[in-house]
Amino acid sequence: MNETMKKVAVARKIERPNTIEFIEALFDDFLEFHGDRLYADDGAVVGGIACFEDIPVTVIGIQKGHNLDENVKCNFGQPEPEGYRKALRLMKQAEKFRRPVITFINTAGAYPGIEAEERGQGEAIARNLMEMSNLKTPIISIFTGEGGSGGALALAVADTVWMLENGMFSVLSPEGFASILWRDSSRVEEAAALMKMTARDLMKDHIVDKIFYEPKEGIENNLEFTTEQIKSALRETLPELRSLSTEGLLGRRYKRFRQYGEFTEN
Amino acid sequence: MNLFKKNYFSLDGNEDKRKSDRRRKRNEPSIPDGMWIKCNTCKSIIYKKEVTEYKLCPSCGAHFRMSPEERINITCDEGSFIEFDSNMKPKNPMRYPGYNEVIEKAQKKSGISEAVVTGHGKIDGYEAVFAVMDSHFMMGSMGSVVGEKVTRAVEYATGYRLPLIIFTTSGGARMQEGIMSLMQMAKVSSALARHNEAGLLYITVLTDPTTGGVTASFAMLGDIILSEPKALIGFAGQRVIQATIHQKLPEGFQRAEFQLEHGFVDRIVPRTKLRDELAVILKLHSM
Repeated sequence: MNETMKKVAVARKIERPNTIEFIEALFDDFLEFHGDRLYADDGAVVGGIACFEDIPVTVIGIQKGHNLDENVKCNFGQPEPEGYRKALRLMKQAEKFRRPVITFINTAGAYPGIEAEERGQGEAIARNLMEMSNLKTPIISIFTGEGGSGGALALAVADTVWMLENGMFSVLSPEGFASILWRDSSRVEEAAALMKMTARDLMKDHIVDKIFYEPKEGIENNLEFTTEQIKSALRETLPELRSLSTEGLLGRRYKRFRQYGEFTEN
Repeated sequence: MNLFKKNYFSLDGNEDKRKSDRRRKRNEPSIPDGMWIKCNTCKSIIYKKEVTEYKLCPSCGAHFRMSPEERINITCDEGSFIEFDSNMKPKNPMRYPGYNEVIEKAQKKSGISEAVVTGHGKIDGYEAVFAVMDSHFMMGSMGSVVGEKVTRAVEYATGYRLPLIIFTTSGGARMQEGIMSLMQMAKVSSALARHNEAGLLYITVLTDPTTGGVTASFAMLGDIILSEPKALIGFAGQRVIQATIHQKLPEGFQRAEFQLEHGFVDRIVPRTKLRDELAVILKLHSM
């Protein structure tokens, strides 16, 4: 197995701490809120309010389970449109009360199902991209595990994007890439290496700003090792982002996403 | 994982037929040279000269896929269209082996430099900024160039306080450009947020097929969303959905009529009426 596929395997491990566990390790007074006020409560997206040291924050993330029962409740971390709409509702609430938003991303992607299409999976993701780009409060996104495609991006239009050492973010899975582009699923390792989906690769492309290291014994055995680094990053970054004017904050966010792409003109 | 699908075919479980469908559909967008063509919808053999500039099947009215040039010709006032950024070409951000060759082939086949044409034009004298995607160019997939050209068009519309009309057709993000193609969704959506904040009009016209990352970004963000009849519109590819749920997909799934029924499209407009309806919408927003 090459280095990238090893990381992919770690990112997908069922024991890997999930969003609720990260939230509980990082914040106090977490209260989970439910529902999108339109149709349902999607267990694949969790969120609510909490306190980081003395700062009230809104926390939102994609939730995975550690066993089948838990995974049935959270649909294996694959949100339906209601999940994205719940996330947006909580972000708008954060904007109203001037709370920074911190999102946790760990998903193979948005759920591809008949009902998800009927209720507008594409519209829900699109709406989040547009609304987040203009949300008048700071947004920090942390990729904790898998970051699959538009379903991950829908929570990641942020002022700064961080990633755990074994996190990833890609346009599709290496398996999908190999089978679609090469019609050969056995070339998954080659695809993974090519796709530049690891934290280090993404930092070079300015998609990720900060990497948090994971303990040698595995993050599931020592979550604190990593959450201490996240805490110190939040301690530094939250006041910095909160001190910006709304105009300054949105201008910076616009520039961040405006820069992406490689092309020539001649 | 969502696999942004590149091909569309009937889901009858017959692999050979699927393969041949796939091959045929790959050729569908361009009406091939020669005297006769076959309509993929009604299977009629059509004398090519019977197909007008609207590119409709004379027998069943099916809407064939169009090139941006053809689209602009039936939409904009004659001679009013001025193209933006026609020289923009892709690089190879992921160093995908053979990408340059794939691009060159697509350029030759389509006669344009990338999968979208953008510019400034008029409909019945009303000014607007246009972006017209092209499914003949790598299935209209969105890489850096598509994202950049559309973003610049949106920014131009915001800067000059003009309405924006985007004709979408796309298989989704361009996988050969990796994560950069995904980031185009956020880039275009951010530009649209500013156009929206400025109180300006954005109309999307969804044409066959509009899927994946384009659906999940600018296609679904119009103030007014129109669609051509029977266009395939969705986020996840049908093959991916089937592989996930192991069920047959309902008849008409992800077609324009399905999207209208579920509340995601304002109006389905036949191509022959599209220009007139766009003119009315532009007029009502300029009074």
